[in-house]
Amino acid sequence: MTSLWARVEPLLARVQKPARYIGCEDGAITPRHGPGKVSWLLAYPDTYEIGLPNQGLQILNEILNERDDAVAERTYAPWHDLETLMRERNVPLFSVDTHRAAGDFDLFAFSLAAELVYTNVINMIDLAGVAVRSAHRETTDPLIVLGGHCAFNPEPLADYVDLVVLGEGEEVIGDITEVVREWKASGQTPGSREGVLRELSKIPGVYAPAMYDVEYDGPALRAVTPKYADVPAVVHKRTVADLGQWPYPKSPLAPLTEVVHDRLAVEVFRGCTRGCRFCQAGMITRPVRERPADQVRTMIQNGLRRTGYDEVSLTSLSTADFSGIEQVTQAINPAGCGTSETISISLPSLRVDAFTVGLAGQVAGGRRSGLTFAPEAGSWRLRQVINKLITEEDLYGAVESAFSQGWHRAKLYFLTGLPTETDADTLGIVDLARNCVQIGRKHTNRASVTVSLGGFVPKPHTPFQWFGQNTNDELRRKVQLVREASGRAKGVNVKWHDPSATLAEGISARGDRRIGAVMERVWRAGGIFQEWSEFFRLGRWEEAMAAEGLSIDWYVHRHRDEHEVLPWDHLSAGLHKDFLWLDWKEALAEHGLPDCRWTPCYDCGVCTGYGIEHIVASPVPPAGGSQGTGQDLSRGGEVPVELLPRRREHVPVPATATESATESASDSEAVS
Amino acid sequence: MKLRLRHTKLGKIRFTSHRDTARHWERAVRKAQVPLAYSAGFTPRPRMSFGLALPTGAESLAEYLDMELAPEAGPDIDLADLAVRFSAELPVGYEVTHVVARDADSVPSLQEDVVACTWVLTLEGIDAHELRDTIERTLAVPSLMVDRERKGQRSTDDVRPAILDLSVAPATDDPRQHLCAMLATNGRGLRPVELLAAMFPALDPVDTAAKVLRTQQWIERDGMRREIIPAVPFATRTPVECA
Repeated sequence: MTSLWARVEPLLARVQKPARYIGCEDGAITPRHGPGKVSWLLAYPDTYEIGLPNQGLQILNEILNERDDAVAERTYAPWHDLETLMRERNVPLFSVDTHRAAGDFDLFAFSLAAELVYTNVINMIDLAGVAVRSAHRETTDPLIVLGGHCAFNPEPLADYVDLVVLGEGEEVIGDITEVVREWKASGQTPGSREGVLRELSKIPGVYAPAMYDVEYDGPALRAVTPKYADVPAVVHKRTVADLGQWPYPKSPLAPLTEVVHDRLAVEVFRGCTRGCRFCQAGMITRPVRERPADQVRTMIQNGLRRTGYDEVSLTSLSTADFSGIEQVTQAINPAGCGTSETISISLPSLRVDAFTVGLAGQVAGGRRSGLTFAPEAGSWRLRQVINKLITEEDLYGAVESAFSQGWHRAKLYFLTGLPTETDADTLGIVDLARNCVQIGRKHTNRASVTVSLGGFVPKPHTPFQWFGQNTNDELRRKVQLVREASGRAKGVNVKWHDPSATLAEGISARGDRRIGAVMERVWRAGGIFQEWSEFFRLGRWEEAMAAEGLSIDWYVHRHRDEHEVLPWDHLSAGLHKDFLWLDWKEALAEHGLPDCRWTPCYDCGVCTGYGIEHIVASPVPPAGGSQGTGQDLSRGGEVPVELLPRRREHVPVPATATESATESASDSEAVS
Repeated sequence: MKLRLRHTKLGKIRFTSHRDTARHWERAVRKAQVPLAYSAGFTPRPRMSFGLALPTGAESLAEYLDMELAPEAGPDIDLADLAVRFSAELPVGYEVTHVVARDADSVPSLQEDVVACTWVLTLEGIDAHELRDTIERTLAVPSLMVDRERKGQRSTDDVRPAILDLSVAPATDDPRQHLCAMLATNGRGLRPVELLAAMFPALDPVDTAAKVLRTQQWIERDGMRREIIPAVPFATRTPVECA
């Protein structure tokens, strides 16, 4: 493998933001290639600015480079201007670390965080000079790998990739490396590619789409079945039991140019059990595993020292729920960084309550431009349907706290097009926003509230996976309702996500293998960077669906029934399908389900199935707010008796998941 | 204590922008644990100010910045050692060559003070003869009109007054020709790539400018042009006065 730098360098004088392509970040590892080593190219299929901060890629890059038998580099999607020059001058896709050609690596692995980047994946494979369809690849071409949240329904890309990794990558990348190392040692003889895929498919968490046959019954999917007896019928995700054993990244990357999250990030826990029914991340990353508070502190101190950042973001799906949060924040300020400044801490994914805002205020340093909350739905009824059990009092308390502490803008995230949503629910969004502005005006005349409205896309492995997504027209009508109503509300601004892009996301999210050809057509028509509104055109998608003879209505807008074979049924995040179905029925009955970190287990399937447990330092919920129980805990912080008992004595697998789920559903009725 | 520093910016990092350079410095100062003075106010910023922007893609032997140390740094801080500490924490390609103490208020800011820069441009596809001829011709004309774009605005300007000197730079290992140009920075100034567009209108200036290197930045004192901090290597330990 040789460096392409001499051919890349002259192109960089002609492109925007050339610093995206030079590597050289603080903390970057010098990859040491060598004979016999398995080389991985880790790719984020979006721009450098978006991809560089990705923690998954940084973690896997370090773990692989620490191994004696592996080496890893990184790459990102080149922007249009560079891609045009690369294609004109026959320069293939390259790594940013040492500018090696992507096609020279043994494995070329993509992290997929969102569906609209699928066409970028195909484009990057093509830019690497590799056949876009896996069936057309040569024996020694890189094995194309997918990971990340979207890997839980990789079917739209199944014909384009060789391997899919379900769940967390820390351990499984080592298993894959070993099999590929043996394959390389054996000389990668012609025709051995299928054999190695079959071997790799025996690794838990690894799905090799080519090892499965897919049968259809008209538009419906009949079955996805393994071609061989030694290939698993269902692939189960990988989960790291103890985050404390994986204190990565140890050498966090500080880029030389501006990126989206330009601060140190320290992951404080994985998983979330709040059980928001629309949230795929919360469902597929269970159970909750907290990092020990001491380790969080050490990682913050080391990370700040190594990068020179003055801001750290404590990342997770709901950081205020981290039981060591106060321990950590009190220890940081002022951090021992040897300067007169203080370190500011940002808490993304703020829980909606006054306690959380108080915490954010203590640690935010000087930057108080805006705070973001996600009530997600405009009425308590609908919030029960989606199981986002925050009360109006929680929201108003949070907003009051924010405006009284010097913030003057709040941003509220809402979804529209949710199951059972009526116009009264939709208009409730404006009422909430208007009331928040009124609260803010008591403190500052500049108080304003921005409503950010996104169209709901039902996601695989969630209780809403059976729901028919709202049509483009219906979403537009709802956005219009909110816009008109808010036009009369002073201080309320509305931003919305383009419903056309929501439709495309819907095609990809629950698509089966037939959608792959649609992706390829969209890509061939020039449709890359589809999550960038300036490059998105729904027409390309509609034309591609029509050309493949596929119905948008069938894939996107149709409600599914209990017995339908779903394209991801052979892939498991550990959740019992009947638990999800029951939770879907509970949703339609407007019943909430409490957080199982602090209430008895309702057996979603994950802990019992994998023999792992929640790792939470505190047996009680952190103080403040209603904690998603719908109860008022905000005054005095007392925790109701029902929440105190700690589950943990069990866990025999119940005969049916239905029983325990029914029990917990009735529990939730009692508290709501 | 107020300091003025001179440093290089060479190699791959030339593709980072002027703004990026400021960010590299902020992080390097924190990593080196050198206590800086901070501005007052709701969002305190470290007291650092940067000289003339270097175009993205250009290299330099003569970049400058000013910074103010916090009182706790003490009056006896070893400036040569500071240069070493900063160089160690900055990305590869930066080397701090000079650190000098600066009299508190008598020195104007870098941005106002600099009147000209010297550049060495490595030229692709131009032979020695053509270069000599073009230099002669350019210096002989009374005015030189150039169509250029600044911040999205197109304009036609006479750039001849901004060309203070042109010469053929001494040969190096690189067989290509090198143009040495001293260009004024006051007014709208003249960028190296704009100079090439004016000198070689038939060629693509971006392809022609294979390398762009800033070698000196000039200020004026008593009618004389001099470097901000003359390029005497720090290692000689010669006391260096700040201009």
